[in-house]
Amino acid sequence: MAHHVRTDYGDSEPLFPSKAAAFWYAVLLAGLIAAPYVLESYYLSQLVFIMIYAIVGVALNILSGQAGQVSIGHAAFLAIGAYFTAVSQKYGVPLVLYLPLAGIFTGIAGYLVGLPALRLHGIYLAIATLAFAFIVEEIIARWESVTNGNEGLMLPPPTVFGLKLGTEGFYYLCLLVTVLVILAAINIIRSSTGRSFMAIRDSETAARSMGIDTARYKTTAFALSAGITGIAGALYAHKMSFISPEMFSLSVSIDFVMIIIIGGLVSLRGAVFGAIFMIMADPLLIILKDKVPLWSDALTHGLFLPDTVTQAIQAGVLRVVNAPGLKSLIFGIIIIVFIIYEPMGLDGRWQRVKAYFKQFPLARQRAARPPRMFLKSERR
Amino acid sequence: MTFFDVKNLTVKFGGLTAVDNVSFGINEGEVFTIIGPNGAGKTTLFNLISRLYTPSAGQIVFRDEDVTRLSAQQIAGRGIARTFQNIELFESASTLQNLLVGRHRHSTTRPWQDILRTRKVRDEEVAHRRAAEEVMDVLRLQRYRDTTIGALPYGVRKVIEVARALCVGPTLLLLDEPSSGLNVEETNAMAEWILEINRRLRVTVLMVEHDMSLVSRVSNRVLALNYGKMMALGTAAEVQGHPDVIAAYLGT
Amino acid sequence: MLDFTQQLISGVALGCVYGLIALGFVLIYKATEVVNFAQGEIMMLGAFMSVTFITTLGLNYWLSFVLCVIAMAILGAIMERLVIRPILGYPQFSIVMATIGLGLVIRALVGIIWGTDDLRIETPFTDGVFTIGKLVIAWDALSIIVATILLCGALYTFFRYTRVGIAMQATSQNMLAAYYMGIPVKRMFSLIWSLSAMVACAAGILLAPITLVHANLGFLGIKAFPAAVLGGFGSIPGAVAGGITIGIVESLSGFYLPEGFKDVAAYIVLLAVLLWKPQGLFGLNAIKKV
Repeated sequence: MAHHVRTDYGDSEPLFPSKAAAFWYAVLLAGLIAAPYVLESYYLSQLVFIMIYAIVGVALNILSGQAGQVSIGHAAFLAIGAYFTAVSQKYGVPLVLYLPLAGIFTGIAGYLVGLPALRLHGIYLAIATLAFAFIVEEIIARWESVTNGNEGLMLPPPTVFGLKLGTEGFYYLCLLVTVLVILAAINIIRSSTGRSFMAIRDSETAARSMGIDTARYKTTAFALSAGITGIAGALYAHKMSFISPEMFSLSVSIDFVMIIIIGGLVSLRGAVFGAIFMIMADPLLIILKDKVPLWSDALTHGLFLPDTVTQAIQAGVLRVVNAPGLKSLIFGIIIIVFIIYEPMGLDGRWQRVKAYFKQFPLARQRAARPPRMFLKSERR
Repeated sequence: MTFFDVKNLTVKFGGLTAVDNVSFGINEGEVFTIIGPNGAGKTTLFNLISRLYTPSAGQIVFRDEDVTRLSAQQIAGRGIARTFQNIELFESASTLQNLLVGRHRHSTTRPWQDILRTRKVRDEEVAHRRAAEEVMDVLRLQRYRDTTIGALPYGVRKVIEVARALCVGPTLLLLDEPSSGLNVEETNAMAEWILEINRRLRVTVLMVEHDMSLVSRVSNRVLALNYGKMMALGTAAEVQGHPDVIAAYLGT
Repeated sequence: MLDFTQQLISGVALGCVYGLIALGFVLIYKATEVVNFAQGEIMMLGAFMSVTFITTLGLNYWLSFVLCVIAMAILGAIMERLVIRPILGYPQFSIVMATIGLGLVIRALVGIIWGTDDLRIETPFTDGVFTIGKLVIAWDALSIIVATILLCGALYTFFRYTRVGIAMQATSQNMLAAYYMGIPVKRMFSLIWSLSAMVACAAGILLAPITLVHANLGFLGIKAFPAAVLGGFGSIPGAVAGGITIGIVESLSGFYLPEGFKDVAAYIVLLAVLLWKPQGLFGLNAIKKV
């Protein structure tokens, strides 16, 4: 077990919880830097998607996990960042400018959304963000002069200082942005801004009584979250080379919320876990589609059931496995299972496993579940 | 200088007048207690002073400034801090983090500086930490420093509430029923702390209390409220002996 | 003027459907402070089940209606038991996400069981029209409006005058206290979900002749949100009033405003109302007492 001895207050919220953790993160970073030389292009591409989703996960973590504000319309911010990028690139703006500008522009949009959101709480806020997302999607579809409407926009490959960014170059760009975003998020969390977010999440009344201008901090959370998502949108636009309004629909917003639910609402690491899960889901599903009918076939034959029953079961299995809605079905079940059994998400599970090994054989089974609140007056 | 003055303070919720024409003044350095039966408007009065509610009429003056229309967060900035009757700590955070939030008033860094973690941010973090540690020393909370509030017992949480309010660095401290839910030992400890806060840290204390022994022990002056109206104002002994107060609240 | 009235009436009819779905939201919200994001999908499930009863099995329309509603009541209770019961008391965000998950599951299952084609049902009102002068009102539309009025009346009486209704209100205020008073809180939840599912089912069957039965019916449920929010999430008449308002706004903007406004009109109205009154038109302004 590692004991952390600190000798001065400056050490109190270090970037890495221990020297060992720093070491392992360095190893991870080295691995990620070496990836283009080791992995095939398919895996590299998946890594890029993971990074883009991780950036959005971090953005949602700041808004919902830290500051406790609900948003089920975040795809709108992704869209704003993506379209800003496409249009800027069309007008010859260099990447080094339009990438951060996409973030700033989307951040301003987030701030504007945050302003009316100040007076809304809980379900009203959720539905307002939903409404906002629908309106943005419609604006993008109708504003054809700028966005080309439903036909979508093509993006030429990104260039930095005249040099075309190939697959590796783009990968490194995404890696750089992801690392910077995560560092920024860590710095926010361990500063007075992050504590103010936490205060607003846990008790707005107490936060105000401690002198926190809750209005300003809520709009800041929205702006930050939107801005970061906007940058992810810029990267997303380049990754897909083509954007259209239907790529930023409600299901995308729900996918984003799933990232933090599966990963763990409160932790930053959870956002990354969630992103990995969401991106790995598609390949896994494809494998499942092939394997499950084979398994059910073997199983039913192994049980020596009559032929008619076996055929019926196989037909049923095939129907389920080939259904277009299979992904929704599995995601829906996963959401429900995670909320019931893993309220702290994958990160919570990770921490419990670590704690188990640390404390072995004295580990206690103390369930880390959110406290249940049964009074209406308690919830606010 | 008027340290703290409440003039004709009234608040109505629909047809109910929760606080009715209350006027009193607090001298710098004293411990002033408000007593009264449940529903008398004591916590409502606190909420008016800390500006979580808006008065229908009346004025609140603090250090010669009219603070009646300030917002709750501005009140903290003026040096008035409070605790809550039903504990409004940040449940998911540790004791230290709760106290550091109390230091918010002394924080001058803006979000962009926090993101970049500039020298100023780091220096301020150290200063905040030092201040929080000093408060923890006074109230003997060091062993709970990194424990999440959710895991702590009620008595400890009440003390942390006071600690967090102290981190604001207040000139006037509002304590809402500091001893409610505490046993005899804990109440004695709380009494000692209130006296230490008042005398050594030179903080003026305004508190709401039900425990009459605690009231007599620490208070300079007492105000009795009933149905939002003032019943008696004077020293603890005077108020406890007042016939109206005995009839409405204390019994014989 | 004639066009306007025509649009108004179809708006009211559509609005009644939104209102019925919003009613389902409000029922569950009043009892458990949970917003059931799967309400639209439940309505869709009801519509699909009616297809099985009416078209596949060839049963009489009214008999099928009743059977569907009863089946949905049972399904509603099952859903509550499996998904909501384990997470009672959890933060609102978690419960909302769980209902979103439930909605995804229902939508996928419907696609698996009934396929992805559009289906239709035969009703006694199909093709019938009612004319006042030059005004043409389809019987379908009229049936929705009449059914909504009847349902609202029934629910109002239920909540106001029966013990169960009052018990439900108690449960929504303070679960623990209701439990201690001998109210079977868990059974109340099953009941309210059943009731809400029944209302959604009825809405789906009434809507089926107008929109056909297809897998995207669930998205209508999302339109019902503005309706429920407008009504303030706390009152049944508010939900229906909100629904009718949204229906009228949509219908009129589809007719008078350029293309595209129809889809977002509801949301623009919603945001406008929330800016002015954050608790909805009829909602209660509540803050936590400290």
